[in-house]
Amino acid sequence: MDNKRRDFLKVAGISTLAGLGGTAVIDRIVNAANVAHASSSAGQAGGHATDATAHGGPPTASGNRYGMVVDVRKFRQDPSLGEKAVAACHRVHNVPEFPDKKDEIKWIWMTEFNNAFPEKPNLYLDEAASNNTLPIFCNHCDNPPCVRACPTKATFKNKDGVIIMDYHRCIGCRFCMAACPYGSRSFNWRNPEEFVKNLNKDFPRRTRGVVEKCNFCAERIGIGLQPACVEACGDSKAMVFGNLNDPHSEIRKLLKENHTLQRNPSLGTLPSVFYIV
Amino acid sequence: MYDSGKIIPGLIVFVLFVTIPVWLNGGTASAPPKPVLPKDAKTCVLPAAEIRANHMKLLNVWRDEVLRTGDRATFTIEGKPYQKSLMLTCMKCHTSKKQFCDTCHTYASVKPYCWDCHIAPAE
Repeated sequence: MDNKRRDFLKVAGISTLAGLGGTAVIDRIVNAANVAHASSSAGQAGGHATDATAHGGPPTASGNRYGMVVDVRKFRQDPSLGEKAVAACHRVHNVPEFPDKKDEIKWIWMTEFNNAFPEKPNLYLDEAASNNTLPIFCNHCDNPPCVRACPTKATFKNKDGVIIMDYHRCIGCRFCMAACPYGSRSFNWRNPEEFVKNLNKDFPRRTRGVVEKCNFCAERIGIGLQPACVEACGDSKAMVFGNLNDPHSEIRKLLKENHTLQRNPSLGTLPSVFYIV
Repeated sequence: MYDSGKIIPGLIVFVLFVTIPVWLNGGTASAPPKPVLPKDAKTCVLPAAEIRANHMKLLNVWRDEVLRTGDRATFTIEGKPYQKSLMLTCMKCHTSKKQFCDTCHTYASVKPYCWDCHIAPAE
C-alpha cells in the first residue's frame, strides 16, 4: 500500500468540505432562482399560499369581483321576502324538489343566525336574531377551496370572480362538497328530471351524479340582468348585487356605511357575500 | 384431398353461418333519415354541409365560450341577433327534437347526452 492513512484522511476531509460547500452554493443558487420566479408570477393567477394572505386574490380577467350585501334587517321586517327569493332562484334554475330531505338540492335557503355564523356564538343572542332567519347561499369566495379541490376544473372562478360549475365536466366525486365550509353545494343522488316543478325552458336541468350550487345567476348577469333573488326582493334593497372592485358601486357604498359580517372569515376563504345584521 | 366429402360441406356451412347477417338483413336497409327542416327559417348559423358535419363541435365551442370564458356576445344573421345557445337558438327554429335531431341520431346510433339536462321544446 502506497497510501498512508494520513494521506487518505486528508483527501477524505477535503472532499467532505468541498461537498458541503458545494451543496450550500447550489442551494443558494436554486433559492435565488425560486424567489425570482415567485416575484415575477405574483401578479398572475396561481400561488395558493400567497392568495389567502392579502385580502383579494389574484385579479380576475375582467377586473370585476362580483359580490352581494344581504341586509338581514329587511328580511326581518318582511318575513315573506326570504321565501320569495328562494322560490325565484329555484324556479329560474330548475332546482328539483325531492320529497326525501336526504336528497335535497338547494341553491339558496333560509337559516338561523347561529347556523349561518357559527364563529359568532352568543349565549344571550338578541331576540331579533334568534327569532328570524336569513338567506344563505354560495359565498363566491375570492379564495375558493372548492375550486382547488375539483380534479376536473368543473368548478372554477370565471372572469368576473364568480364561482360557477360546468356540469359537463363534473364527475360527481364530491370533493368540492367536502372542501366547501359553508355547505353551499348539493349532490344529485337521484335524477332530478321528474322533480322539477314549473320547468324554466330557458335554463337546463342537471343530471344524476353532478354537484350543483348557486351560480350568482351568471347567465343573467352576463346579459345585464340582476340575479333572480335580488330581483325577487324588488325595491326593498334587502339584497344588493354589485362589483366589489368598483369603489363607486352601490355595494361598496353599503359596505362603507354599514358594519357587515362575512361567514366564517377565519377560514381565509374571503367570501364575497356580506351580511348587515 | 382426403375427407373432401366432409371438408367442402363443412366449409359451405361455415361460410353460410358467418354471412348470416347478410342473409337476414339483406335488402332491408332503412332509408337514409330525412330530418324535417324548419319552414320559416332559411339560413342556419353555418352552411348546411358544415353544420351537418360539425354541429357537435360548434356546440362545444359555444359552451366553452359562454361558460368558461364568459363571452355571451350575440352573433347576427340577416340582421337578427342570436345567442350562442342550444336551447335558445337552435331549438327555436328546429322546434321538434323528434323530427330533427332524433332522425339522424337514431339512424347513426349516436346517443348525445345533451338532453339529460337541456330541455327540448314541448311536442
